[in-house]
Amino acid sequence: MSDVIVLAGADEHDLTKLAEYRAVGGYEQLDRVRGLPPSAVIDELNTANLRGRGGAFFPAGRKMQFIPSKEQIPKPHYVCVNADESEPGTFKDREIMNRVPHRLIEGSLIAAHSIESQHVFIYIRGEYLDPFEALRAALEEVREADLLGGVTVVLHRGAGAYICGEESGLLESLEGRRGQARSRPPFPAVSGLYASPTLINNVETIATIPKILELGGAEYAEIGAPPDSTGTRLFCVSGNVVKGGNYELPMGISMREVIYDLAGGIPDGRPLKAVIPGGSSMPILTADQIDVPLDHDSLRALDTFLGAAAVIVIDERACMVQLGLRVAQFYMHESCGKCTPCREGTRWMVQLLEAIEAGNATHSQLDLLLDVCDRILGKCLCPLGDAAALPVASYVVKFRDEFRAHVDQGGCPFGGESSLEGLFAPVDQHTHHPVVEEGVPA
Amino acid sequence: MARAFADEVRELAEQYPESRSAVMPALRIAQERHGGWLPPEAFQEVADALDLTPGYCKGVATFYDMFHLEPVGRRLVEVCTNICCGLRGAQDVLAAFESELGVAPGETTDDGAFTLRAVECIGGCDRPTVVAIDDRHRFNVSAADVPQIVQELRDE
Repeated sequence: MSDVIVLAGADEHDLTKLAEYRAVGGYEQLDRVRGLPPSAVIDELNTANLRGRGGAFFPAGRKMQFIPSKEQIPKPHYVCVNADESEPGTFKDREIMNRVPHRLIEGSLIAAHSIESQHVFIYIRGEYLDPFEALRAALEEVREADLLGGVTVVLHRGAGAYICGEESGLLESLEGRRGQARSRPPFPAVSGLYASPTLINNVETIATIPKILELGGAEYAEIGAPPDSTGTRLFCVSGNVVKGGNYELPMGISMREVIYDLAGGIPDGRPLKAVIPGGSSMPILTADQIDVPLDHDSLRALDTFLGAAAVIVIDERACMVQLGLRVAQFYMHESCGKCTPCREGTRWMVQLLEAIEAGNATHSQLDLLLDVCDRILGKCLCPLGDAAALPVASYVVKFRDEFRAHVDQGGCPFGGESSLEGLFAPVDQHTHHPVVEEGVPA
Repeated sequence: MARAFADEVRELAEQYPESRSAVMPALRIAQERHGGWLPPEAFQEVADALDLTPGYCKGVATFYDMFHLEPVGRRLVEVCTNICCGLRGAQDVLAAFESELGVAPGETTDDGAFTLRAVECIGGCDRPTVVAIDDRHRFNVSAADVPQIVQELRDE
C-alpha cells in the first residue's frame, strides 16, 4: 500500500480537474457518508486517530464530538477551514490547495455533514493568490456539478496577519474585525463564528478525511507511528538543504532520513548545526539529536513538537543570536497586541537580543532573556506568545556558549560572516507596537 | 462608479450571515480601485456600502499588512526576509532590488513606478528567495536575477 494519502494521485493526474479527481474515486466518500449518520464519520476518524495537522495535534474526531447538537444549540453550525498557513517554514497547505483542491473541498463537505452544518468558510491567507485561484476554480466545478448538497462554501481571503491562523483570530477576522485573539472559554465548538457552534480545522487535516474514509480508519491507523502518530504528514523541508520541498511521509521517519536521504543533505557537504522540526515557533534540535523519529511522542521526549511539520535545516554558518533575533522580530511584528505578556514580552525579547548581538549585553541579560520567555509561556490569550518564547529559549539553552561568546567578545563572533547577517526585519511597517522615540526608556 | 462599487460590495456581503464580514473583501476591492492604496475616501465608500463607520473600516485596515495606507508604486515588489529565505541569501536579493530601484525597503521610486517592501514569510520556503510582484510569487530568485526582473517590469 502506498503511503501517500493527501497528495495521492497528484503526480499521475491533474487533480485540480473535477473529472480527473472523480476518476480516482473523488467525491465517492462524500456520496457514501451523506447516506450515513454523522456519527459514522466521527467514529471512523476516531478509529484512524487523526490528529490536527495545524500544529496542536488535537484528535479531529473528538473535536467534532465537542460540537453541540442542533437541539442543544439551535443556531446554524459552521465549518471553518484554516488555510491561513503563515508559520515561517510551512508551505504544505499551499501545495494541497494547488494540487488537490477537490480533496480539500470534499473533506470540507464531509466535515460539514459530520456536524450537520450547511456553511463552510475557507479562510485562505491573502498572500496565497495561486492557491486561491485553484480553489475558486475547483469550487466552481463542484457548484456546476451540483455536489454541494445545499451547503454554501465561501472562500474568504485574509490580508496579511499571522495571528489569523490562530483559531480565534481567524474567527474575529472572518467576522470583519481586527484579527485579535479571543479569550477562552467559550471555545469555538460552542461559541465560535457569530457566537455559534464552529468546527475549525487545518487544510491538511480536512484534506486527509476522504482518504481515511476510503481506506477505513483501522487501515489508516496502521500507517505511521501508531497509536498516537498515525498517518502521513507533509513535511515542508527548507533552509540549507539540496532539495527542499514537500515530502509526504509516514510519521515516525527519522529526521536524519528526511534531511540526508530525501532532501539530499546540506549543500557543499557543510556540517549541520541545528534543525527546527515544526516551523519557526518550535524549539530547536541540535545536530546530535537528528536520529529522532518524527512523531509526536519522540519529539515530546526531546522537549519539542512536530508542529506543522516544517523542517528548517540550519548549517554551521548561522549565528544563533541572529536567528533568535529574527524569530523574535517576526512574532513581535505579528503579535496582535491584545494581551500584555505577548505584546510587551516579544518586544522585550527583541531588545535583549539586539543588545546581545551588538555586544552590549551582560551575562545576566542572558538569564533575563530566559526569564522574559518564561513570563510569556502559558500566560497569553493564544499560543502566539509561546510561539516566540519557546524557540528563542531553546536557542539560549542549547547554544549558551555562542550567546556567551557575544557577551565576552563584545559582539558577534561570526564577524559579519553569519548566513543570517543583515537580515532585514520589516518591523517598522504596520507593527502593532507604538514607536518608541530615541532616548525614551523602553 | 461609486454605486457600482457599493453594489459589488453588497453582493459580496450576501455570502455572509453578517454583512460586516465583507469588510476585508470590500477593502481589497477599494484598494484596487484607488491604485493600490486606501485613501480616506476609500474608507468612506466601504463604510457606506456596509453600514459601518469610516473609522471602523480604517481600524480594520491598519491591522493587516496587505492594506496600504499610503500611496504605492504601480508595481509592488515584496521580498521575503524571514529565516528560510534569509538562510539562503534573501538579504542579497533585497539589496539588489534596493540598488536597482534606488530606494530603501518601504519606499517608492520618484517616478511612482515601484514600491519595494521587505515582508515576512510568504510560504515559498523551499524555493528561496521568494519575491512577490503584485502578489504573484516568483521563486528561486537570486541577486543576479534582479536586474533582469526589474528591466522586464520596466518594459511591461
